[in-house]
Amino acid sequence: MKLVIVNYGAGNIQSIKFAFKRLGYDAVLSDDAKEIRAADRVIFPGVGEASSAMNKLRASGLDKVIQELKQPVLGICLGMQLMCHSTEEGNTSGLGIFDTDVVRFTNRVKVPQIGWNQISNLKSSLFKGVAEKDHIYLVHSYYAPICSETIAVSEYEMPYSSALQKDNFYGVQFHPEKSSKVGERILKNFLELA
Amino acid sequence: MLTKRIIPCLDIKDGRTVKGINFVDLRDAGDPVELAQMYANEGADELVFLDISATEERRKTLADLVKRVAEKVNIPFTVGGGISSIKDVDVLLHNGADKVSINSSAVKNPELINELVAKFGSQCIVVAIDAKQINGEWKVHLVGGKVPTEIELFEWAKEVEERGAGEILFTSMDHDGTKNGFANETLARLSTERNIPIIASGGAGNMQHFIDTFKDGKADAALAASVFHFKEMEIKDLKKKLQDNGIPVRL
Repeated sequence: MKLVIVNYGAGNIQSIKFAFKRLGYDAVLSDDAKEIRAADRVIFPGVGEASSAMNKLRASGLDKVIQELKQPVLGICLGMQLMCHSTEEGNTSGLGIFDTDVVRFTNRVKVPQIGWNQISNLKSSLFKGVAEKDHIYLVHSYYAPICSETIAVSEYEMPYSSALQKDNFYGVQFHPEKSSKVGERILKNFLELA
Repeated sequence: MLTKRIIPCLDIKDGRTVKGINFVDLRDAGDPVELAQMYANEGADELVFLDISATEERRKTLADLVKRVAEKVNIPFTVGGGISSIKDVDVLLHNGADKVSINSSAVKNPELINELVAKFGSQCIVVAIDAKQINGEWKVHLVGGKVPTEIELFEWAKEVEERGAGEILFTSMDHDGTKNGFANETLARLSTERNIPIIASGGAGNMQHFIDTFKDGKADAALAASVFHFKEMEIKDLKKKLQDNGIPVRL
């Protein structure tokens, strides 16, 4: 299985590589369109600020490459947010894969949300073997509201999308690579998607 | 529901784990990577590695350690100690650290917080604040709590948040090493005034202290070292006890 992590200069991607290594898979970091297109699975990570991350994607042409992928793609954290229609962070237009707009938590709660929260209403084989209300690790200030593409829900200030799916595109707001055994199971499920 | 976090802190010197009692009198307590894995398996929610080495090779030793931890450990971890530049942070994050914590360097050059946040994002920038009471006023201290400043704790915490830090790690020097409980009154004020998570540090001695710091201190997370290092309590037992007391935890 050829596993590629899209490398566009967006923060800590070693952790994702190491997480797959612990599962027994070697993931390749790549910014090469050809290599990304040829992969069996593509991970689209992202940490940091949305508009600068999106600018890097556009500058390298990887925005179009990702939009056109046919194999299973997993966006993580900011990666998931950039796969949405837009994000309020830096008034950024996203890749438009998920038909929802990412917005900021209000100051009624502490922002960023940092720590372990629960996922429920699990609706995808991505969550095979994961129980309702299992814990996952999150760090984020912006969130995708509940929509028709929601496949997992977390609650902070209100219920919101902890994961999204459209066709071959999956996105998770949490960090599976840092979510202990539950996260490892989700990464394994992603590799085993039919 | 977002849960309260339990965070063991590993003090690191020259790649080995130590624990300071009031930041002096160091004792060796093992290999950091092994200890980190053990804590992760026992249910720790996060780990903090605080580097207190003073050698010239410290940056490289720390980067190597961070990489070894990131390879093995499946929970998030923060690295702090002597971090003073964008370059320092870049190396640590690149090697697999999830967050970095800055302390003295932020006090000396507050603009560093803004620069780090702009480059890496709020989510990975923790500002650690060491403070103790002098004539009834909480004053920020530097260099592991040894050097007093004129800076008032609550004003500094406000500035830290405004400059974009994602979290505050507050250590009361008056409580650290005493095992008499956390500085809950002060923590509660920090947690109420600020809108970013507050990690309580300094004073953990028994399970009730953790219950108190989450209930009375309104802390979002609690950090401790020696009670875990010397097996005075197991993290699993602590989290069960917290749950029994109505505090949301990950079990």
